[in-house]
Amino acid sequence: MAEPVVLLEGVRKSYGDKVVTEVLKGVDLRVDRGEFAALVGPSGSGKSTLLNLLGLLDRPTSGRLAIAGEETAGLDDAGLTRLRGHAIGFVFQFHHLLPGLSAAENVMMPMIAREGRTAKAMVPRAVALLDRVGLAGRADALPSALSGGQQQRVAIARALALGPPLVLADEPTGNLDTRTADQIFDVLREFNRELGVAFLIVTHDPRLAARCDRTIDLVDGAIVSDRRRTAEGAAPHR
Amino acid sequence: MPISWFLALRFLREGRMQSVLIVAGVSVGVAVMVFLSALIDGLQTSLVAQTLGTQAHVVVRPPDEVARPLRRPEAGVAVAARVEQTAQRARSIVGWQQVVTALAAMPGVTEVSPVVTGPAVALRGNATRAVVLYGVDPERFGRIYPVRQRMVAGRFDPTSTSCVIGRELAVDLGVAVGDRVRLAAVGGVGDVYLVAGVFDLGNREVNRRWVVVSTRAAQTMLDLVGGVSSVDLRVRDLFAADAVAADVTARTGLVADSWMKTNAQLLVALRSQASSSQMIQFFVILAVAMGIASVLVVSVVQKGKEIGILRAMGTARSTVLRVFLLQGALVGLVGSVLGTALGAGLGAAFAASARNADGSPTFPITVSLALVARSAGVAFLTGVLAAALPARRAARLDPAVAIRNG
Ligand SMILES: Nc1ncnc2c1ncn2[C@@H]1O[C@H](COP(=O)(O)OP(=O)(O)O)[C@@H](O)[C@H]1O
Ligand SMILES: [Mg+2]
Repeated sequence: MAEPVVLLEGVRKSYGDKVVTEVLKGVDLRVDRGEFAALVGPSGSGKSTLLNLLGLLDRPTSGRLAIAGEETAGLDDAGLTRLRGHAIGFVFQFHHLLPGLSAAENVMMPMIAREGRTAKAMVPRAVALLDRVGLAGRADALPSALSGGQQQRVAIARALALGPPLVLADEPTGNLDTRTADQIFDVLREFNRELGVAFLIVTHDPRLAARCDRTIDLVDGAIVSDRRRTAEGAAPHR
Repeated sequence: MPISWFLALRFLREGRMQSVLIVAGVSVGVAVMVFLSALIDGLQTSLVAQTLGTQAHVVVRPPDEVARPLRRPEAGVAVAARVEQTAQRARSIVGWQQVVTALAAMPGVTEVSPVVTGPAVALRGNATRAVVLYGVDPERFGRIYPVRQRMVAGRFDPTSTSCVIGRELAVDLGVAVGDRVRLAAVGGVGDVYLVAGVFDLGNREVNRRWVVVSTRAAQTMLDLVGGVSSVDLRVRDLFAADAVAADVTARTGLVADSWMKTNAQLLVALRSQASSSQMIQFFVILAVAMGIASVLVVSVVQKGKEIGILRAMGTARSTVLRVFLLQGALVGLVGSVLGTALGAGLGAAFAASARNADGSPTFPITVSLALVARSAGVAFLTGVLAAALPARRAARLDPAVAIRNG
């Protein structure tokens, strides 16, 4: 498939009625399937805002936004929910797991949301995903019983539950120690390599950004640089 | 399991303390409702039963005699006449056999008992008591008044030679079953009757006054041979006795008095009791609704972030709405089940503690199925309605804002 997973043309976003602040000032961006890209930039430059637009949690003020080949301008709320459900997985800085649900149930949540009901067949798939992120045997644990790194692994498994072509990660390692951050990054990289899932990762850590195939630099609501590495940098290490 | 059920149950489990408290609150509210309704129902039933133990639902009698002038005044002619009203005599219902048949055939009427009644005196030795004589068909009379069940001595067997009297009268005259008394119309000679039984209808005045004999004996004594003075009716719907009485008058031209007319004050008391009970129930429901709503409002605020995540993961607005409606409904349902059980238990305990000297309950407290169903339904609906506001709020949450503020 040739169509990109993300296609932005002249996207602007402003907030406020009386005092209008323009946060995104005309962003053009294209992300293809299987890419592994870092989104960097100073705090307040609009990274989260951009990710919210890509994640269809918010609408651009103007400009074109297409996800997985589908134009979003004409979609109503239900249409956005459907597209979000099958095309996008989220990993947030704070894991945002549901505290009342077990690890496996959290991973199943996107499947449950899509099917509209729980089903027995979802459990083995959730357990398999938890295995892959290194949480074999913790399927029944509540989030409060897991460490920060483990919680973030559950969140990653959840983001991949429906096998979306695109995963958006907003500072996924932002509140983890370096070692744990590296491990989480490895997990993301593996999913990217093995399943061809495209990742767009917001990070403040230049070390981690350097391990991505592409670095997009957002400053004051505009992309100031967009560099691709031809050869993969440092090999994943443990 | 549908997603809304799954999430509603998990949310309730997660907020365990809140859930338990609000279910307890709903239970207490429903228990109060059930207990109060059962109590007031029981009270009213026993009041009505007490009143109607010595009164027919409807009494049909001939119209009062009215003296009319022989000459009608013509236009322009003044007639100097004074119309003297007569005293009322004992009179028979004209054609009473047909009247009884017609009354028995009326849809709202279940029992019909023709009665010959009038004032009399009872004498024994030098004791004389003014009484009310009742000449009845024992079978039919027994279906209107619970006299058979209320015998304290002897049997209910009024004949031409034996009578049945009340307990107070038996004491006044100093007679017991097997003794004889003389019964006579006022100013008459009368006859001697065997006391066949003594009853206690739970009303002193009645026990002191009523003397029951056979129809024929009363007809002879009261000079009403072949006639009856009134017809007692039992109706299907107690509180429709008014309408039946009006119907009887319309059909037969006779006077018909319902217990509701003769006991207007009791009826007013019953009605105001019922309306104060409804008022209390209304406020209990209001309190329950506000309790459920406030807990869910807090829960929506607390769960704002989680709702945002759910929405970000493809959960529809309508699902979020249903999750909160369901929580309200489940709380209402569980609370109403526990509450009706609690209310019924309270009722049973109360009935057990409030007993008469002889051990019989002071009044019956019955928690009817209809009452349980109604309370459960009300609590369920209240839960859903109370959840509506917070649920709409939850469904309207903007996922991006919810996540950013997390
Ligand atoms: N809902 C909003 N209303 C008003 N201003 C907002 C809103 N969301 C973000 N902003 C502003 O937009 C700017 C960019 O925010 P954000 O996208 O969170 O930056 P970053 O993630 O790069 O730190 C900030 O100045 C922030 O205050
Ligand atoms: Mg941010």
